[in-house]
Amino acid sequence: MQIFTYILMAFLLICAIAVSLSKNLLNSLLIFMSYSLVMSIIWIILESPDLAITEAAVGAGITSVLFFITLKKIQAMVDNKKEDEKNEQENS
Amino acid sequence: MSRKIPEEQYEKTRSYRLKQWLYGTKDPYLDNVEMQPQKPFVEELVVTEERAKERAFIFEEAFREENARNRIWNKLYRAFSVIFCITLVLILVYGVSYLPIVGNPDNPVNNEVAQRYIENGLQETGAVNIVTGMILDYRAFDTLGESHVLFIATCTVLMLLRRDKKIGNPDITYYDEDPNDYTHEPENDLILQIAAQVLVPVIMIFGIYVILAGHLGPGGGFSGGAIIGAGLILYLNAFGFEKTEKFFTAKTYKRMSFGALGCYCMAKSYSFYTGANHIHSIIPLGTPGAILSSGLILILNICVGIVVAGTMYTFYVMFRKGGY
Repeated sequence: MQIFTYILMAFLLICAIAVSLSKNLLNSLLIFMSYSLVMSIIWIILESPDLAITEAAVGAGITSVLFFITLKKIQAMVDNKKEDEKNEQENS
Repeated sequence: MSRKIPEEQYEKTRSYRLKQWLYGTKDPYLDNVEMQPQKPFVEELVVTEERAKERAFIFEEAFREENARNRIWNKLYRAFSVIFCITLVLILVYGVSYLPIVGNPDNPVNNEVAQRYIENGLQETGAVNIVTGMILDYRAFDTLGESHVLFIATCTVLMLLRRDKKIGNPDITYYDEDPNDYTHEPENDLILQIAAQVLVPVIMIFGIYVILAGHLGPGGGFSGGAIIGAGLILYLNAFGFEKTEKFFTAKTYKRMSFGALGCYCMAKSYSFYTGANHIHSIIPLGTPGAILSSGLILILNICVGIVVAGTMYTFYVMFRKGGY
Protein backbone atom coordinates (compact mmCIF):
# COMPACT_ATOMS: atom_id res chain seq x y z
CA MET A 1 0.00 0.00 0.00
CA GLN A 2 2.84 2.34 0.87
CA ILE A 3 4.48 1.78 -2.51
CA PHE A 4 1.16 2.32 -4.28
CA THR A 5 0.76 5.66 -2.48
CA TYR A 6 4.25 6.72 -3.49
CA ILE A 7 3.54 5.84 -7.12
CA LEU A 8 0.36 7.92 -7.05
CA MET A 9 2.17 10.84 -5.44
CA ALA A 10 4.87 10.71 -8.10
CA PHE A 11 2.16 10.63 -10.78
CA LEU A 12 0.55 13.67 -9.17
CA LEU A 13 3.81 15.61 -9.27
CA ILE A 14 4.44 14.65 -12.89
CA CYS A 15 0.90 15.71 -13.81
CA ALA A 16 1.23 19.04 -12.05
CA ILE A 17 4.44 19.86 -13.91
CA ALA A 18 3.17 18.53 -17.23
CA VAL A 19 0.04 20.70 -17.13
CA SER A 20 2.12 23.85 -17.16
CA LEU A 21 4.67 22.59 -19.67
CA SER A 22 2.29 21.19 -22.27
CA LYS A 23 1.94 23.38 -25.36
CA ASN A 24 -1.42 22.07 -26.46
CA LEU A 25 -4.24 23.38 -24.27
CA LEU A 26 -6.38 20.30 -24.85
CA ASN A 27 -3.58 18.02 -23.70
CA SER A 28 -3.00 20.02 -20.54
CA LEU A 29 -6.72 19.85 -19.83
CA LEU A 30 -6.72 16.06 -20.10
CA ILE A 31 -3.68 15.90 -17.82
CA PHE A 32 -5.53 18.13 -15.36
CA MET A 33 -8.45 15.71 -15.41
CA SER A 34 -6.21 12.76 -14.63
CA TYR A 35 -4.64 14.81 -11.85
CA SER A 36 -8.06 15.19 -10.19
CA LEU A 37 -8.80 11.51 -10.65
CA VAL A 38 -5.54 10.44 -8.98
CA MET A 39 -6.16 13.00 -6.25
CA SER A 40 -9.52 11.38 -5.50
CA ILE A 41 -7.83 7.98 -5.16
CA ILE A 42 -5.35 9.54 -2.75
CA TRP A 43 -8.24 10.95 -0.72
CA ILE A 44 -9.63 7.42 -0.40
CA ILE A 45 -6.25 6.18 0.80
CA LEU A 46 -6.22 9.02 3.33
CA GLU A 47 -9.60 7.71 4.57
CA SER A 48 -11.78 10.63 3.58
CA PRO A 49 -14.29 9.21 1.10
CA ASP A 50 -16.47 12.34 1.32
CA LEU A 51 -13.75 14.42 -0.24
CA ALA A 52 -12.98 11.68 -2.75
CA ILE A 53 -16.52 11.72 -4.14
CA THR A 54 -16.55 15.51 -4.33
CA GLU A 55 -13.15 15.62 -6.01
CA ALA A 56 -14.18 13.03 -8.60
CA ALA A 57 -17.47 14.77 -9.38
CA VAL A 58 -16.29 18.38 -9.38
CA GLY A 59 -12.61 18.21 -10.23
CA ALA A 60 -12.60 15.49 -12.84
CA GLY A 61 -16.15 15.99 -14.09
CA ILE A 62 -17.64 19.42 -14.13
CA THR A 63 -14.57 21.65 -14.04
CA SER A 64 -13.11 19.87 -17.05
CA VAL A 65 -16.39 20.10 -18.94
CA LEU A 66 -16.50 23.85 -18.31
CA PHE A 67 -12.89 24.11 -19.45
CA PHE A 68 -13.74 22.18 -22.62
CA ILE A 69 -16.51 24.62 -23.52
CA THR A 70 -14.25 27.56 -22.80
CA LEU A 71 -11.59 26.12 -25.09
CA LYS A 72 -14.19 25.66 -27.78
CA LYS A 73 -15.39 29.23 -27.34
CA ILE A 74 -11.93 30.70 -27.68
CA GLN A 75 -11.30 28.33 -30.60
CA ALA A 76 -8.30 26.70 -29.01
CA MET A 77 -9.61 23.26 -29.84
CA VAL A 78 -8.65 22.75 -33.46
CA ASP A 79 -11.13 20.71 -35.39
CA ASN A 80 -9.26 17.92 -37.14
CA LYS A 81 -11.86 17.52 -39.85
CA LYS A 82 -11.70 21.16 -40.84
CA GLU A 83 -7.92 21.15 -40.90
CA ASP A 84 -7.86 18.11 -43.13
CA GLU A 85 -10.29 19.78 -45.52
CA LYS A 86 -8.15 22.89 -45.58
CA ASN A 87 -5.03 20.86 -46.32
CA GLU A 88 -6.80 19.00 -49.11
CA GLN A 89 -7.94 22.26 -50.66
CA GLU A 90 -4.43 23.64 -50.51
CA ASN A 91 -2.98 20.51 -52.04
CA SER A 92 -5.46 20.29 -54.88
CA MET B 1 -50.19 60.01 0.41
CA SER B 2 -50.55 61.73 -2.88
CA ARG B 3 -52.09 65.11 -3.36
CA LYS B 4 -52.14 67.54 -6.19
CA ILE B 5 -49.84 70.54 -6.04
CA PRO B 6 -49.95 73.59 -8.28
CA GLU B 7 -47.86 73.65 -11.41
CA GLU B 8 -45.39 76.27 -10.21
CA GLN B 9 -44.62 74.34 -7.09
CA TYR B 10 -44.24 71.13 -9.05
CA GLU B 11 -41.71 72.70 -11.36
CA LYS B 12 -39.42 73.34 -8.43
CA THR B 13 -39.32 69.73 -7.25
CA ARG B 14 -36.40 67.46 -7.92
CA SER B 15 -38.39 64.81 -9.76
CA TYR B 16 -39.50 67.35 -12.33
CA ARG B 17 -35.93 68.44 -12.94
CA LEU B 18 -34.78 64.85 -13.21
CA LYS B 19 -37.45 64.20 -15.81
CA GLN B 20 -36.37 67.25 -17.74
CA TRP B 21 -32.78 66.13 -17.65
CA LEU B 22 -33.71 62.64 -18.81
CA TYR B 23 -35.96 63.63 -21.67
CA GLY B 24 -33.81 66.49 -22.85
CA THR B 25 -35.93 69.55 -22.44
CA LYS B 26 -34.54 72.90 -21.46
CA ASP B 27 -33.52 73.39 -17.90
CA PRO B 28 -35.46 76.34 -16.45
CA TYR B 29 -32.52 77.42 -14.30
CA LEU B 30 -29.70 77.06 -16.82
CA ASP B 31 -31.09 78.35 -20.07
CA ASN B 32 -28.29 77.40 -22.40
CA VAL B 33 -27.66 73.87 -21.24
CA GLU B 34 -29.68 71.35 -23.11
CA MET B 35 -29.39 67.66 -22.44
CA GLN B 36 -30.24 65.39 -25.29
CA PRO B 37 -30.31 61.68 -25.82
CA GLN B 38 -27.00 60.32 -27.06
CA LYS B 39 -26.47 60.29 -30.80
CA PRO B 40 -25.22 57.14 -32.53
CA PHE B 41 -21.46 57.13 -32.95
CA VAL B 42 -20.38 58.20 -36.44
CA GLU B 43 -16.75 58.38 -37.37
CA GLU B 44 -15.21 60.49 -40.08
CA LEU B 45 -13.19 58.84 -42.81
CA VAL B 46 -9.98 60.71 -41.93
CA VAL B 47 -10.02 59.50 -38.36
CA THR B 48 -10.54 55.93 -39.47
CA GLU B 49 -7.59 56.10 -41.83
CA GLU B 50 -5.37 57.58 -39.14
CA ARG B 51 -6.29 54.83 -36.78
CA ALA B 52 -5.55 52.17 -39.37
CA LYS B 53 -2.15 53.76 -39.93
CA GLU B 54 -1.40 53.74 -36.22
CA ARG B 55 -2.43 50.13 -35.99
CA ALA B 56 -0.15 49.18 -38.84
CA PHE B 57 2.67 51.11 -37.21
CA ILE B 58 2.16 49.25 -33.96
CA PHE B 59 2.28 45.89 -35.70
CA GLU B 60 5.32 46.80 -37.76
CA GLU B 61 7.43 48.60 -35.19
CA ALA B 62 6.38 47.83 -31.69
CA PHE B 63 5.99 44.09 -32.02
CA ARG B 64 9.08 43.53 -34.12
CA GLU B 65 11.63 41.35 -32.44
CA GLU B 66 14.68 43.09 -33.92
CA ASN B 67 13.66 46.34 -32.31
CA ALA B 68 16.47 47.17 -29.88
CA ARG B 69 14.19 48.68 -27.29
CA ASN B 70 11.96 45.64 -27.37
CA ARG B 71 14.89 43.34 -26.80
CA ILE B 72 15.99 45.22 -23.69
CA TRP B 73 12.48 45.27 -22.29
CA ASN B 74 11.99 41.58 -22.97
CA LYS B 75 15.10 40.77 -21.01
CA LEU B 76 14.01 43.07 -18.21
CA TYR B 77 10.58 41.48 -18.06
CA ARG B 78 12.11 38.02 -17.82
CA ALA B 79 14.46 39.11 -15.04
CA PHE B 80 11.60 40.78 -13.18
CA SER B 81 9.37 37.74 -13.43
CA VAL B 82 12.11 35.47 -12.10
CA ILE B 83 12.81 37.88 -9.24
CA PHE B 84 9.11 38.14 -8.46
CA CYS B 85 8.67 34.36 -8.38
CA ILE B 86 11.69 33.87 -6.13
CA THR B 87 10.51 36.56 -3.70
CA LEU B 88 7.05 35.01 -3.57
CA VAL B 89 8.51 31.57 -2.88
CA LEU B 90 10.75 32.97 -0.17
CA ILE B 91 7.85 34.76 1.54
CA LEU B 92 5.75 31.60 1.47
CA VAL B 93 8.59 29.46 2.80
CA TYR B 94 9.17 32.02 5.53
CA GLY B 95 5.48 31.79 6.44
CA VAL B 96 5.55 28.00 6.48
CA SER B 97 8.48 28.02 8.92
CA TYR B 98 6.16 29.56 11.52
CA LEU B 99 3.61 26.73 11.29
CA PRO B 100 3.53 24.24 14.17
CA ILE B 101 5.55 21.06 13.75
CA VAL B 102 3.71 18.00 12.44
CA GLY B 103 2.84 15.49 15.16
CA ASN B 104 3.45 17.76 18.11
CA PRO B 105 0.81 17.03 20.80
CA ASP B 106 0.71 20.68 21.88
CA ASN B 107 -0.44 21.87 18.43
CA PRO B 108 -3.48 24.17 18.43
CA VAL B 109 -5.35 21.58 16.36
CA ASN B 110 -5.42 19.13 19.24
CA ASN B 111 -8.01 20.81 21.43
CA GLU B 112 -11.25 19.74 23.01
CA VAL B 113 -13.35 20.60 19.93
CA ALA B 114 -12.23 17.67 17.78
CA GLN B 115 -12.46 15.32 20.73
CA ARG B 116 -16.01 16.38 21.46
CA TYR B 117 -17.02 15.99 17.82
CA ILE B 118 -15.74 12.43 17.78
CA GLU B 119 -17.07 11.39 21.18
CA ASN B 120 -20.46 13.12 21.29
CA GLY B 121 -21.12 13.62 17.58
CA LEU B 122 -23.37 10.61 17.17
CA GLN B 123 -25.41 11.45 20.25
CA GLU B 124 -25.84 15.13 19.60
CA THR B 125 -26.43 15.16 15.85
CA GLY B 126 -27.68 11.64 15.22
CA ALA B 127 -25.55 11.32 12.08
CA VAL B 128 -23.46 8.19 11.65
CA ASN B 129 -21.12 10.05 9.31
CA ILE B 130 -19.33 12.43 11.65
CA VAL B 131 -18.15 14.67 8.81
CA THR B 132 -21.72 15.37 7.72
CA GLY B 133 -22.72 15.92 11.33
CA MET B 134 -19.95 18.44 11.60
CA ILE B 135 -20.59 20.44 8.43
CA LEU B 136 -24.40 20.42 8.62
CA ASP B 137 -24.98 20.60 12.36
CA TYR B 138 -22.09 22.08 14.31
CA ARG B 139 -20.83 24.19 11.42
CA ALA B 140 -24.05 24.60 9.45
CA PHE B 141 -23.64 28.36 9.26
CA ASP B 142 -20.47 27.93 7.18
CA THR B 143 -22.28 25.59 4.79
CA LEU B 144 -25.04 28.17 4.37
CA GLY B 145 -22.36 30.66 3.39
CA GLU B 146 -20.98 28.19 0.85
CA SER B 147 -24.40 27.72 -0.73
CA HIS B 148 -24.75 31.46 -1.00
CA VAL B 149 -21.32 31.71 -2.60
CA LEU B 150 -22.49 29.25 -5.26
CA PHE B 151 -25.68 31.23 -5.80
CA ILE B 152 -23.75 34.50 -6.13
CA ALA B 153 -21.31 32.84 -8.54
CA THR B 154 -24.25 31.83 -10.74
CA CYS B 155 -25.63 35.36 -10.59
CA THR B 156 -22.27 36.71 -11.74
CA VAL B 157 -22.04 34.20 -14.57
CA LEU B 158 -25.58 35.12 -15.60
CA MET B 159 -24.64 38.79 -15.66
CA LEU B 160 -21.42 38.29 -17.60
CA LEU B 161 -22.39 35.63 -20.13
CA ARG B 162 -26.08 36.22 -20.66
CA ARG B 163 -27.07 37.04 -24.21
CA ASP B 164 -30.51 38.57 -24.43
CA LYS B 165 -32.82 38.45 -27.35
CA LYS B 166 -33.03 41.90 -28.87
CA ILE B 167 -36.06 43.80 -27.68
CA GLY B 168 -38.54 44.58 -30.41
CA ASN B 169 -36.92 42.28 -32.91
CA PRO B 170 -38.28 38.78 -32.34
CA ASP B 171 -36.61 37.41 -35.46
CA ILE B 172 -33.16 37.52 -33.91
CA THR B 173 -32.54 34.59 -31.64
CA TYR B 174 -29.41 33.53 -29.85
CA TYR B 175 -28.47 31.42 -32.79
CA ASP B 176 -27.89 34.11 -35.35
CA GLU B 177 -25.41 36.13 -33.38
CA ASP B 178 -22.77 33.59 -32.55
CA PRO B 179 -20.37 32.55 -35.27
CA ASN B 180 -18.20 30.39 -33.01
CA ASP B 181 -20.62 27.84 -31.75
CA TYR B 182 -22.57 27.63 -34.92
CA THR B 183 -25.50 25.46 -34.05
CA HIS B 184 -25.44 25.38 -30.24
CA GLU B 185 -27.30 22.13 -30.58
CA PRO B 186 -25.21 19.03 -30.19
CA GLU B 187 -24.94 16.79 -33.20
CA ASN B 188 -27.33 13.88 -33.16
CA ASP B 189 -24.76 11.29 -32.24
CA LEU B 190 -26.38 7.87 -32.03
CA ILE B 191 -23.66 6.33 -29.87
CA LEU B 192 -23.84 9.18 -27.39
CA GLN B 193 -27.63 9.01 -27.28
CA ILE B 194 -27.76 5.28 -26.61
CA ALA B 195 -25.03 5.58 -23.99
CA ALA B 196 -26.85 8.46 -22.35
CA GLN B 197 -30.10 6.52 -22.29
CA VAL B 198 -28.38 3.87 -20.23
CA LEU B 199 -26.13 6.10 -18.14
CA VAL B 200 -28.24 9.14 -17.23
CA PRO B 201 -30.83 7.33 -15.06
CA VAL B 202 -28.06 5.48 -13.23
CA ILE B 203 -26.13 8.71 -12.63
CA MET B 204 -29.26 10.48 -11.41
CA ILE B 205 -30.19 7.69 -9.03
CA PHE B 206 -26.63 7.52 -7.72
CA GLY B 207 -26.67 11.28 -7.13
CA ILE B 208 -29.97 11.09 -5.27
CA TYR B 209 -28.60 8.19 -3.22
CA VAL B 210 -25.46 10.16 -2.34
CA ILE B 211 -27.61 13.11 -1.20
CA LEU B 212 -30.10 11.05 0.79
CA ALA B 213 -27.48 8.84 2.45
CA GLY B 214 -25.22 11.76 3.31
CA HIS B 215 -25.68 11.28 7.04
CA LEU B 216 -25.14 7.52 6.89
CA GLY B 217 -22.09 7.16 4.70
CA PRO B 218 -19.70 9.14 2.58
CA GLY B 219 -21.37 11.78 0.48
CA GLY B 220 -23.64 14.69 1.10
CA GLY B 221 -25.36 17.56 -0.58
CA PHE B 222 -22.43 19.04 -2.43
CA SER B 223 -21.07 15.87 -4.03
CA GLY B 224 -24.52 14.47 -4.78
CA GLY B 225 -25.59 17.74 -6.35
CA ALA B 226 -22.46 17.79 -8.49
CA ILE B 227 -23.21 14.24 -9.68
CA ILE B 228 -26.79 15.16 -10.60
CA GLY B 229 -25.52 18.26 -12.39
CA ALA B 230 -23.08 16.13 -14.38
CA GLY B 231 -25.94 13.79 -15.31
CA LEU B 232 -28.01 16.73 -16.52
CA ILE B 233 -25.08 17.97 -18.60
CA LEU B 234 -24.69 14.54 -20.20
CA TYR B 235 -28.40 14.44 -20.99
CA LEU B 236 -28.20 17.90 -22.55
CA ASN B 237 -25.22 16.90 -24.67
CA ALA B 238 -26.98 13.83 -25.97
CA PHE B 239 -30.45 15.18 -26.66
CA GLY B 240 -30.09 18.92 -27.10
CA PHE B 241 -31.65 21.99 -25.58
CA GLU B 242 -35.13 21.29 -26.85
CA LYS B 243 -35.60 18.34 -24.54
CA THR B 244 -34.05 19.88 -21.44
CA GLU B 245 -35.87 23.17 -21.73
CA LYS B 246 -39.11 21.29 -21.24
CA PHE B 247 -38.27 20.77 -17.59
CA PHE B 248 -35.37 23.07 -16.75
CA THR B 249 -35.29 26.76 -17.59
CA ALA B 250 -33.94 29.85 -15.90
CA LYS B 251 -37.26 30.27 -14.12
CA THR B 252 -37.07 26.75 -12.72
CA TYR B 253 -33.56 27.40 -11.54
CA LYS B 254 -34.52 30.65 -9.84
CA ARG B 255 -37.43 29.08 -8.01
CA MET B 256 -35.47 25.98 -7.08
CA SER B 257 -32.47 27.76 -5.64
CA PHE B 258 -34.55 30.40 -3.91
CA GLY B 259 -36.74 27.73 -2.34
CA ALA B 260 -33.78 25.65 -1.27
CA LEU B 261 -31.83 28.55 0.21
CA GLY B 262 -34.93 29.85 1.96
CA CYS B 263 -35.69 26.41 3.36
CA TYR B 264 -32.11 26.11 4.59
CA CYS B 265 -32.30 29.52 6.26
CA MET B 266 -35.61 28.74 7.98
CA ALA B 267 -34.49 25.34 9.22
CA LYS B 268 -31.22 26.65 10.53
CA SER B 269 -32.80 29.75 12.09
CA TYR B 270 -35.09 27.47 14.05
CA SER B 271 -32.23 25.36 15.36
CA PHE B 272 -30.13 28.44 16.19
CA TYR B 273 -33.07 29.99 18.02
CA THR B 274 -33.72 26.90 20.10
CA GLY B 275 -30.02 26.37 20.71
CA ALA B 276 -29.31 29.92 21.81
CA ASN B 277 -32.30 30.06 24.17
CA HIS B 278 -31.81 26.53 25.55
CA ILE B 279 -35.23 25.43 24.35
CA HIS B 280 -35.72 21.79 23.53
CA SER B 281 -35.99 21.33 19.78
CA ILE B 282 -39.11 19.51 18.65
CA ILE B 283 -37.31 17.80 15.78
CA PRO B 284 -36.55 14.21 16.81
CA LEU B 285 -33.09 12.82 16.19
CA GLY B 286 -34.40 9.33 15.43
CA THR B 287 -32.43 6.11 15.56
CA PRO B 288 -28.92 6.51 14.16
CA GLY B 289 -28.53 4.53 10.95
CA ALA B 290 -32.07 4.97 9.66
CA ILE B 291 -32.74 7.12 6.60
CA LEU B 292 -35.20 9.36 8.47
CA SER B 293 -32.89 10.27 11.31
CA SER B 294 -30.46 12.91 12.51
CA GLY B 295 -32.94 15.75 12.68
CA LEU B 296 -32.44 18.53 10.17
CA ILE B 297 -29.39 17.13 8.41
CA LEU B 298 -31.37 15.26 5.76
CA ILE B 299 -33.39 18.36 4.82
CA LEU B 300 -30.29 20.53 4.71
CA ASN B 301 -28.53 17.96 2.52
CA ILE B 302 -31.40 17.99 0.05
CA CYS B 303 -31.39 21.81 -0.03
CA VAL B 304 -27.65 22.00 -0.69
CA GLY B 305 -27.95 19.28 -3.33
CA ILE B 306 -30.67 21.16 -5.23
CA VAL B 307 -28.67 24.39 -5.20
CA VAL B 308 -25.47 22.70 -6.36
CA ALA B 309 -27.14 20.68 -9.13
CA GLY B 310 -28.88 23.76 -10.51
CA THR B 311 -25.70 25.79 -10.30
CA MET B 312 -23.58 23.28 -12.18
CA TYR B 313 -26.14 22.91 -14.95
CA THR B 314 -26.62 26.67 -15.21
CA PHE B 315 -22.86 27.21 -15.48
CA TYR B 316 -22.75 24.78 -18.38
CA VAL B 317 -25.68 26.33 -20.21
CA MET B 318 -24.37 29.85 -19.70
CA PHE B 319 -20.95 28.93 -21.04
CA ARG B 320 -22.49 27.11 -23.96
CA LYS B 321 -25.31 29.31 -25.13
CA GLY B 322 -25.63 32.32 -22.87
CA GLY B 323 -29.26 31.98 -21.88
CA TYR B 324 -32.00 29.42 -21.63
